[in-house]
Amino acid sequence: MSQDKTVLLNIKNLIIEGYSDEKWVGIVHGVDLKLHRGEVMGLIGESGAGKSTIGLAAMGFTKDGCRIGEGSSIEFDGMELTTTPQSDLQSLRGSRIAYVAQSAAASFNPAHKLIDQHTEAPLQYRIQKRLESQEDAMELYEKLRLPNPREIGFRYPHQVSGGQLQRAMTAMAMACRPDLIIFDEPTTALDVTTQIEVLSAIRDIVDQFNTAAIYITHDLAVVAQMADVIKVLLKGNEVEEADTRTMLSNPQDDYTKSLWAVRDFKRDQKPRPTEGSPLISVKNVDASYGDTPVLHDVSFDIYEGMTVAVVGESGSGKSTVARCITGLLPPTKGECLFKGTPLPPDYRDRSKDQLRQAQMIYQMADTALNPKVKISEIIGRPAQFYSGLTGPALKNRVDELLDLIELEPAQYYNRYPPELSGGQKQRIGIARSLAAEPTFIICDEVTSALDQLVAEGILRLLDKLQNELNLSYMFITHDLATVRSIADEVVVMQYGKVVEQGPKDVMFKPPHHAYTDLLLSSVPEMDPDWLTTLLEERGVDDIGEAAKANKRD
Amino acid sequence: MGDIISIIAKRLGLGLITLLVISIIIFFAVELLPGDIAQAVLGQGATEDNLAALRAELGLDRAAPLRYLDWLGSALTGDFGNSLVSKTPVAEAIGTRFGNTLFLATYAAVIAVPAAIFLGVLVALFRNSVFDRVANVVTLTSISSPEFFLGYVLILFLAVKTGLFPAIAKIDDDMTLFDKLNRTFLPALTMVLVVVAHMMRMTRASIINLLASPYVEMARLKGVPAWKVIVKHTLPNAWAPVINVVALNLAYLITGVVLVEVVFVYPGIGQLLVDAVTKRDFPVVQACCLIFAATFILLNLAADVGSILTNPRLRHPK
Repeated sequence: MSQDKTVLLNIKNLIIEGYSDEKWVGIVHGVDLKLHRGEVMGLIGESGAGKSTIGLAAMGFTKDGCRIGEGSSIEFDGMELTTTPQSDLQSLRGSRIAYVAQSAAASFNPAHKLIDQHTEAPLQYRIQKRLESQEDAMELYEKLRLPNPREIGFRYPHQVSGGQLQRAMTAMAMACRPDLIIFDEPTTALDVTTQIEVLSAIRDIVDQFNTAAIYITHDLAVVAQMADVIKVLLKGNEVEEADTRTMLSNPQDDYTKSLWAVRDFKRDQKPRPTEGSPLISVKNVDASYGDTPVLHDVSFDIYEGMTVAVVGESGSGKSTVARCITGLLPPTKGECLFKGTPLPPDYRDRSKDQLRQAQMIYQMADTALNPKVKISEIIGRPAQFYSGLTGPALKNRVDELLDLIELEPAQYYNRYPPELSGGQKQRIGIARSLAAEPTFIICDEVTSALDQLVAEGILRLLDKLQNELNLSYMFITHDLATVRSIADEVVVMQYGKVVEQGPKDVMFKPPHHAYTDLLLSSVPEMDPDWLTTLLEERGVDDIGEAAKANKRD
Repeated sequence: MGDIISIIAKRLGLGLITLLVISIIIFFAVELLPGDIAQAVLGQGATEDNLAALRAELGLDRAAPLRYLDWLGSALTGDFGNSLVSKTPVAEAIGTRFGNTLFLATYAAVIAVPAAIFLGVLVALFRNSVFDRVANVVTLTSISSPEFFLGYVLILFLAVKTGLFPAIAKIDDDMTLFDKLNRTFLPALTMVLVVVAHMMRMTRASIINLLASPYVEMARLKGVPAWKVIVKHTLPNAWAPVINVVALNLAYLITGVVLVEVVFVYPGIGQLLVDAVTKRDFPVVQACCLIFAATFILLNLAADVGSILTNPRLRHPK
């Protein structure tokens, strides 16, 4: 990588404060950051570490309700951004410093065509005329390996897939050939196979134009592929900084080591019980939303006390299977059995006991818990409804459940969900499902909204509960690391069909079904050369969507 | 686009049923009014014989449901009957009056809608500033005062004291357009003041609602100036609720102007309706109410179609 060693961005003692409860509270406490031209720095840390806040501050921008504190200095190419007037800062943004947001789907304006949004900044700064700028956009689209580069820009955001949008947004950031791009978790919302495509496209283009970049992510394996230097943050403080290889092979701080160690949790795989019928059995299920068929002939079994992971990308029908099992979406063909007895297809026709047996935990604990209801009531409601508990018995049961999920009952009994952290909310979600005393729990992406350390705590808790209460889990996820740590059996889904299923150890060993292979090989590894090697092996045309199409049955 | 046509067809069908139900309700509501039509027409001095003769002539001696069915039958062929009072065809009586009402409503709308949206954008741009607060207070004051009061205040200051505009808005077909616009300026202004606040506040609210969205932040981070963020990046996505409020206010301009017409002696449909109700002139009341109901139905339909057309997802399917 060619780099001249001039400093492009020099942040000193950055303090950022947010206004809450009528006082200014520190979010970032004096972070230093030095970035050279053409260099890519990875910022990693959990949510609340201040990564995005620092990224935005590098553009002289703070979110509404935040401010840059006294004594901070942000020097961009010799210009002190903290004292520059807003109008000058504005003309810096988009032209010399650009931003790529986490969710391209939400960050493109739904009312305008992609190319009109692309050309907005060049036209504004009078760098190019409209036609010139459109021509340039098409060239960038081609460089980023978007399909139909001459035509795709004339579509609206909703007509383009997520991975393509993320690349179009990178192209947009490149429009004025900025010196610095802030990538704020650009691949977090994408499936693994799409992620590779976007990662390789971003890496190529940043290389090609020798653009400096700050790459913000919580995924270590991703940052290992992208960054020259890694800075680790914790709660608005710097933990340590080192070049990528040193950081990976020889982390100094305990916190960094704990981040690296997250992927160690692994429980022993249980074999299928030899006798008895499966607890839940999905038999030849077809389902559709309106006239659109979603599931085709899906069959798998879940035995008592076991964890079956259902993996696949978004749109593969994982959650739809869960809806069929719980009776929210009656299948158009086939049936679901509970201990050998067919369940009525519609949940309205099921008995209280049948309903009690299968419970759900959702991905977004934020939206799955009513913010205006006390914890005690959230957990107490199902206990009251299914077991008819009232008064002191109900309170005892709630205390018992809070104990189970390792939250101090006296402390949490009367609190409301918004007062809790993401991990605690997810624990409440677990307690709520346990309150019904189920034998079977569907966990729908329960850890994907959580930081790795917190997610690991949840996985350990679920494992402990399974051993104590002999629960069966259906674990819906797109994260293969989670599958590796907790599953006994794996069901791989694609386009609404089961493409492969079996015990975990067999599934993770070759030979694989072509699609399983693609999924497995697309999961980034900590090795900084992983992406390079993979691209050399496969070639740029055999990754992401193209590869998926090749591997379709 | 095929979807939109089928939506329009469905809604028009439902609208016809609504009109039918409304006509039944109006008919029997008029029936319930105390007093007697013949008495009302002929006045206190009428003899019993005269009254009976008139009742027979008007068909009032027959049962109410039968009269309703008669009316419905001829209405379906396009004949809305004759006014009980003036004996002239209803269509004739209403025609010019409704034309006048539409003229005034259009006049007010052409000023009010663009002004409200422009102000809405401005207060969203300068939100929480002095300008925002002043605009809010002024428009809220005007919406909170009754129309007749507003009307008299305008007459006092713009007609009586300064003589800028005529206080009486009587118009006829011989006038030039400019004359008409000058004559009707004060009633139009009164109505503008009454409807602007609602539309402006909705525009402001739906723009500000979108300011927290990621694409607005993206636009800011691209260096787009503040006014352009509002006009280009939020307004196109804020239309749906605004259009609905605009439609409701347009309907109000047509159906809710009785007081304004009375204050300015304007020959609109509102006055006609009030007169018809006092005289139990059922065919006129019925026709006016159906026109009002149809106005509401059509404007709401237009609002729905408008909201659909401003949504790029529906305009450009995958």
